[in-house]
Amino acid sequence: MTARTVDSGLPSAALASGGRTIRSRRVQALQLLLRAVYYLILIGGSVMYAIPFFWMIRASLMSIDMFYEVPQPLFPDPPAWNNYTDVWQVGPVLWWITNSTIVSFIGVTVGTFISALVAFGFARLRFPGNRALFLLVISTMMLPQHVTIIPQVILFRELNWLDTLLPLIVPLLGGAPFYIFLLRQFFLTLPLELDEAAAIDGASRMRVFWTIVMPLSKPAIATVAVFSFISHWNDFFFPLIVLQSSERLTLAVGMRWLQAGQYEAQRLHLQMAIALIAVAPVVILFFLAQKHFIRGIALTGIKG
Amino acid sequence: MRTTRWQRWSGLLFIAPWLITFLWFTLGPFVASIFLSFTNYRFIGLPEWVGADNYVRLFTDDAKFIRSIINTLYYTAVHVPGIMVMAFFVAILLNQKVKGQPIYRTAFYLPSVTAGVATAYLWILLLQPNGLVNQFLGLVGIDGPNWLTSSTWAMPALILMSFWGLGTTMIIYLAALQGIPQHLYEAASVDGAGVIRKMWHVTVPMMTPAIFLTAVLQIIGSWQVFTQALIVTNGGPRDSTLFILLHLYRTGFEYFQMGYASAIAWVLFVIILVFTVLQFGIARRWVYYEGASER
Repeated sequence: MTARTVDSGLPSAALASGGRTIRSRRVQALQLLLRAVYYLILIGGSVMYAIPFFWMIRASLMSIDMFYEVPQPLFPDPPAWNNYTDVWQVGPVLWWITNSTIVSFIGVTVGTFISALVAFGFARLRFPGNRALFLLVISTMMLPQHVTIIPQVILFRELNWLDTLLPLIVPLLGGAPFYIFLLRQFFLTLPLELDEAAAIDGASRMRVFWTIVMPLSKPAIATVAVFSFISHWNDFFFPLIVLQSSERLTLAVGMRWLQAGQYEAQRLHLQMAIALIAVAPVVILFFLAQKHFIRGIALTGIKG
Repeated sequence: MRTTRWQRWSGLLFIAPWLITFLWFTLGPFVASIFLSFTNYRFIGLPEWVGADNYVRLFTDDAKFIRSIINTLYYTAVHVPGIMVMAFFVAILLNQKVKGQPIYRTAFYLPSVTAGVATAYLWILLLQPNGLVNQFLGLVGIDGPNWLTSSTWAMPALILMSFWGLGTTMIIYLAALQGIPQHLYEAASVDGAGVIRKMWHVTVPMMTPAIFLTAVLQIIGSWQVFTQALIVTNGGPRDSTLFILLHLYRTGFEYFQMGYASAIAWVLFVIILVFTVLQFGIARRWVYYEGASER
């Protein structure tokens, strides 16, 4: 997505370079002023949106005493680096990170693979009920999670899965409706002749999927993988309900567990350190895969 | 070549993983939740049929439920138009030829990716009486309230927080803006249209599909606000931020009144469905699809 001038708003200075009359100088000055206001709003707004992140870093490096100083120091001096070593003592944080990593990893790898497999079935293969079943995928995409959650919890109890990661992992093995939908739309854009040619050469359908369609779909797969990671890493409502023991929690639920503890006020600084640890992978991934985010949104938003 | 019958059915093998989990984890629970909503199931013992009692109780004898609906409506009424206007404005700003555009875009977009418990934590801090928000207001001479302990200001605080997450909406608008053919603006210029008329007669109509999409998504999202209501305000003070999903969560998973909670879930589901269907119904009147006949 590249920046492009659109003839809809702000006059560019280049246009106004011709005339030398007083009137055109006034126009020039006005344009310059507009330009300045424009930058002021843009930069001011960006700063406002970015500052909370700096606030997070700052608070995570404050000692608890600094929170009660009036006025609070703008920069924690000295920075309480030990927050990042103390944070591991407030709860089984390492377990939380491990659990979140396991779920996110399986979601990104197995979940994405199966979503692609199912999408391939819907996009490229003919079988009775293809259309009807795909309509069902779309309807489940719009089905809010809370409608099914209570019976699901009862089901997980009967299976003895409550307080384990299984309720978070097993449903992933069927792919996710939203990603199935996205990938199907993408697969439909690839020419069907590719499959037919490969079939004539004797390639099985699985082979067509793996050696032809998948390699051609790398950008779409990457987008789905990135979105899948973020949504699993940030997921809160569902794990909050199925997990219970402190060392079985995911990071998001662990943070809630910390907050609900009795020493809440005494460890704001450590909470902020954990919050930063939780946000860091998402931010890093965002910077590494920025174009996938932007394209993904465009894909979901416009083509959908 | 293998038999044609095999060919006919083998496609189903590819979608089998989805089909199995769908039947097991979605369709089964979906049907079960209708049934449960007519029982008094409490997580132990057997469900007992109580007819429509749960639904009657919801609307006649549950002040918290009514409160949660009003709260959610309040949030929706301010959050949805607010975030759409702001995101539109930011998208217009970003759609100019400007140095460092990716940096500004990142600043506006990043908060919507990091949304969750961690940023809810952060906002608890920002909304303290001497927090960043009030320091900011202080700069322009406003004496900020104690957001989180006031039943008047807690909801505006959550709405304010929601505006921080305008990124997704903004990116959808930005993509739509860049998809508007330049020749439309040129034609408008030839006809003597100024900046404002171009905005109103070219940009806005061409953006209606994106505006419609984000309106649908934002309204659905507003009815499912949960994380910030639990973490930042925990429904309070005095139920002023008790959202419907939080009420469901407490009823079902703290008091284990699962039959009753299923009824809440179904009312919520129907509300979302009605809003969405209504929007699609009205859409024909104002959403412009280029080449709509092809669709």
